[in-house]
Amino acid sequence: MESINKSDNNFEQCLKCTICTVYCPVLAVNPDFPGPKHGGPDQERLRLKMPSFYDEANKYCMNCKRCEVACPSNVRVGDIIQKAKLKYSRHKPSLRDFFLSHTDLVGTLSSPFAPIVNKVLSWDVTKQVMDTTIHVDKHRIFPEYSHEKFVSWLEKQAGEQKKFAHQLCYFHGCYVNYNFPQLGKDFVKVMNAFGYGVQLLEKEKCCGVALISNGFAGQARRQGEVNLRSIRKAVSENMPVVATSSTCTMTIRDEYPHILNLKNADVRDHVELATRFIYRMINESKDFDLSKLKFIQRGHPLKIAYHTPCHLEKLGWEYYSIELLRMIPDVEITVLKPNCCGIGGTYGFKKENYENAQKIGEPLFREIEEGGFDLVVTDCETCKWQIEMSTSKKCKHPITVFAEALTE
Amino acid sequence: MIFDTIIIGGGLSGLTCGIHLQKAGKRCVIISSGQSALHFSSGSFDLLNTLPDGRSVSDPVQSLDELQVQNPSHPYIKIGKTDFIRLAEKSQQLLTDASISVGGSYQRNHYRLTPFAITKPTWLTMTDYVSSDQPDSLPWKNVCLVHFTGYLDFHPDFFQGKFQELGIKVQNVELDLTKVSIRKNTPLEVRSTNIARLFDNEEALDNFVRLLAHKVGDADAVLLPACLGLERTNIVNILSRKLGVEVKLLATFPPTVSGIRAQYLLKQRFMQLGGTYMLGDTVNKVDFENNHISKIFTVNHGNIPLRGEEYVLCSGSFFSEGLVALPNDVVDPICGLDVDYISDRKEWFASDVFDQQNYESFGIRTDETFHGIKNGQAISNLHVCGASLSAFNALKEGCGGGVSMLTALYVAEDILRQKENK
Repeated sequence: MESINKSDNNFEQCLKCTICTVYCPVLAVNPDFPGPKHGGPDQERLRLKMPSFYDEANKYCMNCKRCEVACPSNVRVGDIIQKAKLKYSRHKPSLRDFFLSHTDLVGTLSSPFAPIVNKVLSWDVTKQVMDTTIHVDKHRIFPEYSHEKFVSWLEKQAGEQKKFAHQLCYFHGCYVNYNFPQLGKDFVKVMNAFGYGVQLLEKEKCCGVALISNGFAGQARRQGEVNLRSIRKAVSENMPVVATSSTCTMTIRDEYPHILNLKNADVRDHVELATRFIYRMINESKDFDLSKLKFIQRGHPLKIAYHTPCHLEKLGWEYYSIELLRMIPDVEITVLKPNCCGIGGTYGFKKENYENAQKIGEPLFREIEEGGFDLVVTDCETCKWQIEMSTSKKCKHPITVFAEALTE
Repeated sequence: MIFDTIIIGGGLSGLTCGIHLQKAGKRCVIISSGQSALHFSSGSFDLLNTLPDGRSVSDPVQSLDELQVQNPSHPYIKIGKTDFIRLAEKSQQLLTDASISVGGSYQRNHYRLTPFAITKPTWLTMTDYVSSDQPDSLPWKNVCLVHFTGYLDFHPDFFQGKFQELGIKVQNVELDLTKVSIRKNTPLEVRSTNIARLFDNEEALDNFVRLLAHKVGDADAVLLPACLGLERTNIVNILSRKLGVEVKLLATFPPTVSGIRAQYLLKQRFMQLGGTYMLGDTVNKVDFENNHISKIFTVNHGNIPLRGEEYVLCSGSFFSEGLVALPNDVVDPICGLDVDYISDRKEWFASDVFDQQNYESFGIRTDETFHGIKNGQAISNLHVCGASLSAFNALKEGCGGGVSMLTALYVAEDILRQKENK
């Protein structure tokens, strides 16, 4: 006989110790959110009995996974809530949720008209209209669209890149492709300096993280299948798959199997972040020689504040990004306290979350402003938007900082 | 990744060991699978409160001889009296150096109040908590007992009963924290850490003082639930000055602000000394070669192994999954070391939860210098310390904090000594 109340997660490992509630950034500012323990394992038991027990207030979970990092019993608290949202929520995604999450579609439509789109999106009147009609908060600054997509730029370089003895595939993500090709160019420069040519995957779709959090699981799964097929092909040709976005990486490695039920065990270890790839190759391969690189002589130290994005903390890989920064001469690195910036991808763009997102980020913003830093460095694009909007500092990716430190 | 010492477990024991080794110039990494049991600390660290036969202890050092008779394999007996004294002193210093302000001494137990307002002996107590040299002797005649509306982890009734029993007059004051908040009347999830964050704001603190000041009356002390001072460690002194009366804290149920703060400050200290702390990662493979560990693998770092000259296991007890109970066995899930436990499961626990529970004394078997033992043979570069160890009962004997810190320092010193000999 098959059991009726079957759970596909490990909620029964929860000891009710409440440690996760201490580290939940949302619970600290929003009492409407039931919190990770209650919304996760506690309510899961009820939901398994009767789906109508689902509490719509779980929409306030920003999927930062800090509960999972804190949990002493390895309960996948954040996954439990995400899955429950997708499975039980009766709330239909709105037009706004559609636009915020379908990054490939919106990016493809916007890029050809980038100068106009950027201009229009920067007008106060546009922001006001979007605020009142589709509830995208008017305080938000939209990342600009690039006229030339990263993919088009790299395709022109394909011949040059093929000349390198070693090859890798770059999972660039939507941000690099549609908004900020410069990070992709920096990545290519660094990899070339280490003797690696950069190729695209046969087909790359948005990793799907925003689709998952906005309730489009089916679309996310379809895009995940495309990505996994391309990743498998690259791996079968002995090419590592390297990304620069910590959230894309976390999604492909962990959210695919945990949330979307996409099997990736055969290729999971081959998808990694650029900073980890460099660390690994320096230790494993003679070709990857740091001493061959020439760095710019700065003369005075660059004071860097490093912010660990929530999803990078979940991956446990901030070590590699910090180690990469330490390889650059003349930098002084301060690792900021483990606080969430509050943006949570598309979460902070929503009018109903704006105020709480800013409250969550407040301790981080204060630490950044008071530290007297030249620059903030982080691996996540949405953390970058949030930090640049909410503080007076510029924010860069560690790969960009590394690329800028190299002589041409 | 290459380190001098790899420490598995990031609670009180792991951090104590890591701080001592970093201070001696060793490069350490701590791998912690999640936040530690320090989050449940009620503001005190115990050294030795009770002997195994139930007799109460007032002088822990003097009681070591009797402990040796009753339980010769106790971790304290392995450490020995001379080192016990030295390491107890050093532990206190280590806490002070990490900005954790504690009072008390290994020479004589003092007394604290539990969240149930029960008097218990202890070794060190955070200086902002209520404590006394003699049991049940508090210096006040009239106290103002404050509690917060909707805060469920503190029970003023227990304390009121206790104080009345001691002939102390109690003025009960209930405060609505939404009136304290700088964003007036905004709802607040009334949890200890949220309250602490509220009080870390200067303006909110002043609102609180204004609301409370005229209710203090002629009380000679204001007693608050211990949910203050997550960032501002001197907040009790500040409040005391602003109110013009002595302010002290009373223990709450977990998660406790003092425990969270202690964990944070020890971790900060370790990292400021150059240590690497990896949170939320689990060791999933340990490679042994001829009675020593060559490398370990973790869930997060996958195909990048961590290599160390020395390894320390301080993965804790059942709560943090340093020990796992299977239907008929108790195992160390990380290194697969030999575990001391009773083979008959029926003997593991007593049906009355307040009786001595034998499973509390289960733990990893070690040699005379706390090296882990696997299949009967000591692993040369692996020490074990803290709650993972066997042959003590932290609850019944009241020795959890002391065993964690003293064995951690003992192990750290042993590692440094081995290095010198090489």
